[in-house]
Order: sequence, then C-alpha cells, then structure tokens
Amino acid sequence: MTVLSVPAELTSACAHVLPGGPADAVAGAPARFVAAPASTAEAAAVLQAAAALGLTVVPRGTGSRLAWGLSPDSCDLVIDTGNLDQILEHTAGDLVVSVQAGVRLDDLASLLAAAGQRLAVDPPDHGGTIGGLIATGAAGPLRYRYGSPRDLLIGITVVRADGTIAKAGGKVVKNVAGYDIGKLFAGSFGTLGLITEATFRLHPLPESTAWLTVDCPDPASAAVAVQTIADSPVTPSAIELVWPSAAAPLTVAALLEGDRPSVAGRADRLRQLLERATAGLAGADAGAAGEAFRVLSPSSDGRRRPGTWVRVAFWTGKLADVLGAIRAAAESAGLDPAITGSAGAGVLDVAVSEEAVADAVAGFVAGLRASLGALSDGTVLPATASAVVLDAPRAVRDAVDMWGPVQSLELMRAVKEQFDPEHRMAPGRLPGGI
Amino acid sequence: MESAPHDAEPTGNSQTSIGRTGPEATSIGLIDAELAAELARICGPANVISDPQELRTYECDGLTAHRSTPGLVVLPQSAAEVASIVAACATRGVAFVARGSGTGLSGGALPRADGVLIVTSKMRNIIAIDPASRRAIVEPGVTNLAVSKAAEPYGLFYAPDPSSQVVCSVGGNVAENSGGAHCLKHGFTVHHVVGLQIVTPQGELTWLGDGTGASPGYDLIGAFTGSEGTLGIVTKIVVKLTPIPEAVTTLLAAFTTMGAGGAAVSAIIGSGILPGAIEMMDALAISAAEAAVSCRYPEGAGAVLIVELDGPAADVEAQTAAVRTICTAEGAYEIRAAQDAAERAAIWTGRKSAFAAVGRISPAYIVQDGVVPRTALPKVLDRISELSAEHGIRVANVFHAGDGNLHPLVLFDDTVPGEQERAEILSGMILDLCIEHGGSITGEHGVGIDKSRYMPRMFGADDLDTMQLLRCAFDPGGLCNPGKVFPTPRLCGEVPGVRHAPHPLVASGLIDQF
Repeated sequence: MTVLSVPAELTSACAHVLPGGPADAVAGAPARFVAAPASTAEAAAVLQAAAALGLTVVPRGTGSRLAWGLSPDSCDLVIDTGNLDQILEHTAGDLVVSVQAGVRLDDLASLLAAAGQRLAVDPPDHGGTIGGLIATGAAGPLRYRYGSPRDLLIGITVVRADGTIAKAGGKVVKNVAGYDIGKLFAGSFGTLGLITEATFRLHPLPESTAWLTVDCPDPASAAVAVQTIADSPVTPSAIELVWPSAAAPLTVAALLEGDRPSVAGRADRLRQLLERATAGLAGADAGAAGEAFRVLSPSSDGRRRPGTWVRVAFWTGKLADVLGAIRAAAESAGLDPAITGSAGAGVLDVAVSEEAVADAVAGFVAGLRASLGALSDGTVLPATASAVVLDAPRAVRDAVDMWGPVQSLELMRAVKEQFDPEHRMAPGRLPGGI
Repeated sequence: MESAPHDAEPTGNSQTSIGRTGPEATSIGLIDAELAAELARICGPANVISDPQELRTYECDGLTAHRSTPGLVVLPQSAAEVASIVAACATRGVAFVARGSGTGLSGGALPRADGVLIVTSKMRNIIAIDPASRRAIVEPGVTNLAVSKAAEPYGLFYAPDPSSQVVCSVGGNVAENSGGAHCLKHGFTVHHVVGLQIVTPQGELTWLGDGTGASPGYDLIGAFTGSEGTLGIVTKIVVKLTPIPEAVTTLLAAFTTMGAGGAAVSAIIGSGILPGAIEMMDALAISAAEAAVSCRYPEGAGAVLIVELDGPAADVEAQTAAVRTICTAEGAYEIRAAQDAAERAAIWTGRKSAFAAVGRISPAYIVQDGVVPRTALPKVLDRISELSAEHGIRVANVFHAGDGNLHPLVLFDDTVPGEQERAEILSGMILDLCIEHGGSITGEHGVGIDKSRYMPRMFGADDLDTMQLLRCAFDPGGLCNPGKVFPTPRLCGEVPGVRHAPHPLVASGLIDQF
C-alpha cells in the first residue's frame, strides 16, 4: 500500500491538508487528499493549487447529504468546510444573518433562537451545514410556506474552480442588482464551485406550533384533505403526508404556527373544515372532539432509513394520481415503499427498503417515470413531474438512471462549461455528465 | 422616473474596469432589407414596423431620459414566431431587445438603433388556470393584474404587485424580477415563477423547469429571472397562485418626525409581525401629494406610515391592535384604519401619486431605488437630509420602509445652470451611501442602462466577471439586449435628457408609480 504524500502546492495553500482515508470517499469515489480551509481566502488558495495540479474537487460539509446524486467520476481533493464555521454577522433588527458555509444548521438555529428568530428551513435530518443545505437544495415541511433554501438566500460568496472569489447579492432582502448567482449555486451539488459564505433572510420564531392531522383511507380522500387545507384561510406553514405502506391508511398533517391564541383559533377552524370536507369519506377521521389536534411532525424521526430514496415532484392538483402511480409502479415491481413528504408543495419522498433487489427498484423507477410522463399531455409543458433517485445502495445506483430526464440540459452544460471548463468540480454528480 | 443622463460622469468613486467584457465585444450585424423581409414573412407585414415615425413610439420605456429609436420593431403572436425572429437575427449577427409593456424604470427595454425590438404585447393569452395546483400558465404579454383577475374566481391571486400592474407584463416582470409594495411579505417574482418557456439567444425554444418548483438540475429559472432580458426571451410563464387573504386592514399613522416613524417601523418588525406592506413618506413628499391629489393626510405630519396587514381575520384584528399600540407608543398623533377597498384606496392615494406629484413642486427630478438594511434607515435618512442641505437640492423621501427600499426623489430646476449637475452628484452620493451601509443600488427597478455604471461600486471586477460567465453560457454572441446591466461602452443613438413631465401612462391615470 502506498501512502500518498500531500503535494507541496496544497500544504502551502492551506494549514489543514491530510491524505484521504476510506471514510473520506464520496459516494464510493475515494478521496486522495482532504483540505479544510478556514477562510474564503484560504479556500481560494486551495482551489488555485488544485487547478495548478489538475485535481478534481468535491466540497463536503458534515457529509450528511454527500451520498445524494450520482457518484463523482473522481475525487482527488475533498474540501471540508468544517473550519469555515464562523457566524459572521447576525443583525437581529434586519432579520438577516451572514455565515460561513461550514456552520452547522443546528448551531445556527440555537444562536438565532436566542434572538427569537430562525432560518425557516427544516431539512429531514435537521443537520448538515449551510453550504450543504444550499448545494443540495434540501428542504422539509416548511418548504410549503417558505420555499427551499434558494428562496431565503440573499447573498453568496463562492470560489470558482480556478480560485477566483466572487460575491453576488448582498445583505438586504430586496436587491435586483446583477445576476442571482446564489440561485445558480443552489442545488448545484458542488459542480460549479465552492460556496464559502452565505447571507439569509430570517423569520421570527413562532411562539406556538401545532400539527393537525387527518387519517384518510385512500389517495382520493387524502387529496381532498390536502386541498381543503391549502384552500383554507388558516395560512398553514406545512402540509405533509405520510403513507407508510400500501395497506396502511394515509395521514395528512397541517402545521400551524404563530401566537398561541392564533394557533389555537386556526386549528379549531381547520378541524371544522376538515371534518366537513371528509365527512362523506368512509374511514376518514379528523380527530375526535376531545383530541382536536395532536403534535406530530412526520419528519421528526431524524435520519432516513438506508435504502433507495426517490424524490417525486409534481403539480399538487395531481396528488391522488401521483400517489396511485407510485403504488402501482411499486406493486408491479413487488415493492411496498413508504411515502412521505410535502404533499401541499408537490414534493414526496419514496423510501424503498435496502433489501429490495436492484432490478426491482430500477423497474419501479422506470414504471413511475412512465406514469408521471403521462400526467402531461405535452401540449404546453413537455413534463409536469419528475422522479429523481437522490440516494441508493451501490447495486441500485448501477441499475438506475438516477436523475432521469432533465429539461434544458444543453443550457446546463453550457453553464458548467463556463464555470468549470476543465470539469474538475464534483464531475459527474449532476445529469448529463455535469 | 430616474433621469440621470447616461453619459454623466460617475460621481464619487471612479469607475473601475472589469476583467471580462463578456460577449459584448463581438461585432454587431446590420438590419438590411433581407432581414426585414424575413421578419415580415414570419410575423406578417402588419406586425413589422419600419416607418420612422411609428418606430419613435418605442424609443424609450418607463425611463424616458434614455431614448433610442429602434432599427425595426416586430410584434410576434406566438412563441414559434419569437423563435424564428431571434434565429433570423442571430444568423445575421443582429442585436435584439425584448419589450413587454414598456413600463420599466431602468431603461432595460431601451432599443438599439442597429437592432430589432421584439415586443411581446400581442402575446397575451392566459393559457390555463389550474386552481387545484394553484398554477397559471400565461403568455409574456399578459398584464400582471390580468393574472390575478383570472384567478380571482378560484379565490386565488398572483402575489407580486408592481405599481404598474394594470399595464406591466408578466414577461417584463420575469425579466426585472419585479416586486411591489407587498413583496415584504409575499416575495418577488422569482418566488412565484416555477416554469419558463424561453427562446434562447440562438433562437431555440426550450423550457426551464416543469412548473413544480423542484425540477432536477441547475435552477435556471432562478438565474434567468431578473436577468433583465439579457439571457433570452420569455414566451410562456408558469406562475404560482396564492390564496386571497381572508382579511386585509390598512392603517395610516401620522408622526411629527421621521425619526418617530422609523422607530415605529423597527418596533413593528421587532414584535414579530410581518405586514404585507410598510410604506413611509416625509413632509415634502406629503406636501407634493396633497398638492396633486388632495389626499388629506393628517395636518402637520413630518412623516406618515402606511401599514397593511393581511391574513386570517382573527390574526389581522389582533395585529392591527398591536400596530396601533406600537404607533401610539412611538408618538403617532393620529391613526386611521381602512376596512374596505374604498377606504384603503383613500389611504393609498397619496402614496401612489407621490412620484408623479413631485412634478407639482419641482420642474425636474431624479428617482433612485437604493436599498439599505432596515436598521440603517434612520442614519441614512439623516445623512440624505444633510447632503440635501449641503448641496442646496431638495430631496423628497417616499419608500418601502419594511425592506429598506428607498425612493429618494431628488428635485431640481434644470433651467438653473448647474443645478442638474448638483442633483446628479447628490443622487450618486445617495447610492454610495446605500452601498456604504451594506445595501444595494437597486431594490426593484433593475440596473438596465441607467445604473450599469454604478455596478462597479457595488461589485468587484471578479464578481462582475463571474456574472458574465452566465451571460456567456446563454448568449455567447452577445446579441441579446447588449449593453444592459453590465458597464459597457455607450450605446449609439441615446439622447441624454431629463424628465420634465410624468410618463404618458402616469399622466393618463393608467398606472401609478411607487
């Protein structure tokens, strides 16, 4: 076994560089070196050295979502953002915070909570870093009201593949000066450059929260419940759905947030609306009078089970059809996955057991994509839904097309070509070889 | 209206050069009879304008200080026609500029004398409303308000509400990432667009996104929205629709000083209330509005605050009471509340007329669109007032206080020698002040032709260079609305000038200006 020595270019660029170990592999791609710069300037020096050495580079936060997407074609250098852990500025009066990319979401949440504020994101595992949050576009139930991280991001600092430091946006919530490079980096999976700093719009931390749930016997009644909540005047922060297996009932849940009396009043109104809307549905249960609502966060169980995880995005009016399509495709493939997610925002996560045979999972994904494709007649939009395999065991990765069909791939390739002409930034993670 | 002539020397900091001139540097082809004939074949001869007199109709957008008669104007009626027009221009190396309703306030749709102006105003079909999915699919020429009107029967509306919403087009809103008075709570255009059919600068039709808001790959919708027509031309837009709030209350609070009004704004936001809108006017702006529309705001007000609250009825009621208490505690000597549309309109009249109204008290004026962090508002307003006194130039302040978006109206008499120059210097100093406090040179009007020279004050050479990478990816030929957003050499055909009268659409009462 050869021990790699770290090139002098890297050690002189960064105080913290080590040879990569087995734990540093990215979705199966081994890492030769790991650098952990502590400032944007140091990160720029690392990327300049990587450019000079022709190294491929994969940014990493805590690694909680590092397996998402395709495995990189190669990973000479992992840039770990663990030392970029400073909260740069929190101006509570402006509801704005600037942080380095390696700041952990839970640390930031604690700091902001002390000022009665929050960054209104709640990705499923509640963990990871700011950089990872932006790069993967991770979002949880609050997506319904607050959107995904890109909707709260107001400024960004990145280091390009050649080591150039660039800023876009700023520290004010209203700003249309120049192109929104932050949005371009949101969901870019490290393929355009390294995110080193970000500025976000914040929101007040609600005094009180409540989940109101309704159990539904079938997709059609769940769709009625979701529609009732969305159409209601109670301004929910989230509309979630949980369907653990084909044989189980579906649970629809609405999150209400605000002042205590406001939440109680709105919960009461919503319960009445749901009771009325689901009254004719056999088996529907909007909660007994004594138990108007109960606290339940569908995503509060923390880490996802290992296995294949498919994210399905669709127009919310098609919820019943999409749920039906998922179950039908799963049944044909002999699978019984759990379905959870932000039904009100048109994003569901399908969790297939890790025991499932790779070919069965591939069959399920292909069958599901065919059904989703049929949801649009193609007269206006070529597609109105997608199914992306975000994470999967190695055998499944080899058997499926992880990203599936993507619109405007040529434009995406052109963007990649401009930002990273040598294809050294997380090469191959996105569709079409990007 | 912003009326700083484009050839004015930048004040304060000197303009730095940028590393990448981007695709602008390529040679621009000329419009010839062959291209004109081809465009006539594509759109029909009736939809191609080449008569010099008719072309002048399109010589400026809402920012009338910059004018340039387009080489040719085409009015396509479909996405396929737009694609063919762009392809015809692209193969000949002819520059093209898209224009919606022409209400932009930064000269973003300023035509080129050597280019084709593609006007989308004949593409105004609302293709579909999907109430269950809360989506609408519209063509780019559809007016902003028309979307909300079409959605209203379903209890839905289209949230971004730029002040020109009666006439401004959704396509233009996408280009500018338009906001409006209510974007404090409801967000900007970019938060409500989930699908875009565009014609690329090469003339190809393609879709960005699939209407879900979670399509795989790069967020090209986010990158395209607000790119001011430099990355392609929008031909269809999928927007999110939002449930109409159950209740809306509008409060007007009068204070003796701007400081007290500003303190009330901070206290409202600090209490955790997020109003739909918080607007503020100073004494000079109020007096202009009184002269113009007799809005009958409380007498003796040094500042008025307009606070609009929307949401569930019980919440709005509770928040209205809380805002009243806060305003009183901060020294409001009169508070009015509007419960219905007519009362609301009465409160908004003064605010909405303010821009045009300053024409009553000043022969000419410049409007800026700078933004500062909300907490910097008191300091910045004080400094503007000092600068105003130092330069002997009056400044009326009308602004979106909730998000720190200032619209200082710099008043001057251009018949007095040197006064226009002093006004421009002061105007530039106000933008410098915004940047100094961590703000922006534009909150909603866009950079366009008007503020491209200020971009190097806000961004470094590498920042602008990086933005140009996106431009190069979409438009390597540099033909799509060249000369906008980024500092570049002057355009041909522009005539520096100063606003003397309101825009014709304002004068006719068709649109308001914020």
